[in-house]
Amino acid sequence: MSLSLIFYIAAFIAVVSAIFVVLNKNAVYSAILLVLCFFSLALIYLLLEAYFLAVLEIFIYAGAIMVLFLFVVMLLNLGREKALPHFMRLQRSLSLMLVILFFFGVSLIMLSGTGDLHQPTTKFSEGSVYSLGEALFTKFLLPFEVASLLLLVALIGTVYLAKKKI
Amino acid sequence: MIVPLEHVIALSLALFSIGVLGVLFRRNAITIFMSIELMLNAVNLSLVGFSRYYDSVDGQIFVFLVMTLAAAEVAVGLAIIIALYRNRQTVNIDEINLMKN
Repeated sequence: MSLSLIFYIAAFIAVVSAIFVVLNKNAVYSAILLVLCFFSLALIYLLLEAYFLAVLEIFIYAGAIMVLFLFVVMLLNLGREKALPHFMRLQRSLSLMLVILFFFGVSLIMLSGTGDLHQPTTKFSEGSVYSLGEALFTKFLLPFEVASLLLLVALIGTVYLAKKKI
Repeated sequence: MIVPLEHVIALSLALFSIGVLGVLFRRNAITIFMSIELMLNAVNLSLVGFSRYYDSVDGQIFVFLVMTLAAAEVAVGLAIIIALYRNRQTVNIDEINLMKN
């Protein structure tokens, strides 16, 4: 099926760009590659029929957050990252081992699951702006209000941190 | 669903592992922040996959809230990085050891 092929292509692009985000020494390239990763994730959201979230992903992540990142990277005018001191090499190989352990551990749990997770293609009723908004303003009204409070706190905190002398 | 749920979770797991690797590997505070964003996105992806699988909108609401959190976190975090750079002229986390000893 061609739609699943698009999913795998987008997944491949997401993983490769994520790897280069981590490996790249230059922060500007990392930011640009992260935008590519977010765009492929938005495509995957579209394929999973979360239309509103796909738009939000592009607006918030690829738009607002990455502009903020690029602004800070260019404001600070950072050079390339310095080479690691010698004692850090051990830490690096140890962390790589830990991450691989984590990856295969979770994969093992997933593969040893009992049920068959493959669902036959059904009609998906959610994911539109209408159903999302309805759930947000009825069932999840309190989390919605708390989120607005969180944004207010973040705003005040940012304004305070941006003062000349802290 | 167009693909099995396992494949969505596998992609999410791969992205999360890459994000963890970034946090552990990099010394640049801004790149570490980007890796954290990557991990948040991996979690979002698995939430969307489960929401699609169970035909329920709840997972997508969680993603909505996580995105709000990510926006707030980035704004505060980058403000902290700028304040740090103003005081110490570096964003290398090995050189920021104000509270050590």
